[in-house]
Amino acid sequence: MSEVKYSKEHEWIKLDGEEATIGITKHATEMLGDIVFAELPEKGSNVDKDGTAGVVESTKAASDVYTPVSGEVIDTNQMIVDDPSKINEDPEESAWFFKLKIKDKSEMDSLMSKEEYEKFAKETSA
Amino acid sequence: MNIKKTSLNNLHIKYGAKLVEFAGYQMPIQYKDGIIQEHKYTRSHSGIFDVSHMGQLFISGGDDLTNDLEKIFPADLKKLKTNQSKYSFLMNNKGGIQDDLIITKTSDGFLIILNAACKYNDYEVIKSKLDNQYKLILDESLSLIALQGPEAKNVLNKVIPGCDSLKFMNGNNHVYKNEKVYITRSGYTGEDGFEISIKNSDAETFVESLIENGSKLIGLGARDTLRMEAGLCLYGNDLDNDTSPIEANLKWAIPKSRIETEFVGSEVLKNQFQSGVKKLRVGIKPDSKVIARGNTKIYNDKNQEIGKVTSGTFGPSVEHPIAMGYVDNSYSTVNTKIFLEVRGKKIPANICNLPFYKKNYVKGEINV
Repeated sequence: MSEVKYSKEHEWIKLDGEEATIGITKHATEMLGDIVFAELPEKGSNVDKDGTAGVVESTKAASDVYTPVSGEVIDTNQMIVDDPSKINEDPEESAWFFKLKIKDKSEMDSLMSKEEYEKFAKETSA
Repeated sequence: MNIKKTSLNNLHIKYGAKLVEFAGYQMPIQYKDGIIQEHKYTRSHSGIFDVSHMGQLFISGGDDLTNDLEKIFPADLKKLKTNQSKYSFLMNNKGGIQDDLIITKTSDGFLIILNAACKYNDYEVIKSKLDNQYKLILDESLSLIALQGPEAKNVLNKVIPGCDSLKFMNGNNHVYKNEKVYITRSGYTGEDGFEISIKNSDAETFVESLIENGSKLIGLGARDTLRMEAGLCLYGNDLDNDTSPIEANLKWAIPKSRIETEFVGSEVLKNQFQSGVKKLRVGIKPDSKVIARGNTKIYNDKNQEIGKVTSGTFGPSVEHPIAMGYVDNSYSTVNTKIFLEVRGKKIPANICNLPFYKKNYVKGEINV
């Protein structure tokens, strides 16, 4: 059974064993507007919890993408680099950003459940 | 400070606008479709822009008005025919641009369209330079609506018949619901289009009738990407008090007949015409998909800083990042290789011709 959690920076993370898949939430894409550029971390690099691990840009502005957990980047999604509009279309499924080999599963504990995140997103955008 | 609302505020909300503060006004940044769809709809059909935050300054009274205005603006106002418009500048004594504007000769004087953020200051500056001798009205009882795009003339003609006979950079009086409206053929998108000056109380029904005829409301977000593709300057980004029209590559807007004459900033401009300028506004095309925004530093191949980007975005019609900025004049030639510092990396780019998007009125042509 995989576990999906959410960060305050509007990333989602799905954990399957030691493999964590990370992307940005639908709510985040709605706030950003049309995404026209995506930059991803390098495969094989190590990223630290809450550190910058990528960039997305809309026509208006650039925003950092953070990693909600630490680990080694084992895969990145070239599809969203080639066609960033896919992030607006399907942010929580096919338009994932990167996969990590998670370093410390306990880092998942501080993240939000779907219900908690939805409440958080609603409160912060009001 | 109270945030002002235009007469179309309720309409913006009705059509799902995301509202932001811009130059003291609550303005729509985008509607439900989003910036890219709005941009493309303007290029393929027509878009309605609420530009009522801009200043509509009417100046009249006195036979010497044309002469006195020529002491302020570097435009050839004596040659201007009634209802003809020219792009010009309000400059300071150093030749720096205080505002860029459109001057139209009306039947009893001149109408000057000013940038929203500059309009109150412009009013004071112009009034004082005219020694309070004329009647100046910064008319806030009027809204200003821009209709832009290849279908603009057909849409507007259905609502106000006869306006399609206007020539580019010309205006005329028309009638809408028994009230006078003033329409000019002009715009800020690189498309054919019109700007309609209309009573605040008629603005909402007028815009609704444009929508009924197939046009859509477009926000400031798409207005910005459209003007950048068209290579047009945004005051405060690409033009400011420390930049002259020559440096801004807007020499074309200073007629030859005025170079030897006197106006505010004329000495500096005359000197720049003769000896050239150190920095020049250029178009910039990044090699990759990376977007260089305003204030991005520009370097040469020896890693020396040679300028900075003043506007940059992703161009939805050219489907590529675009930018403009100022570089040391010796790097301003088209196809010169430059480097843009984005997030600590040097991104290769080329100096390119403006505009990025050039309309061919038979069929669309893209210039990247």
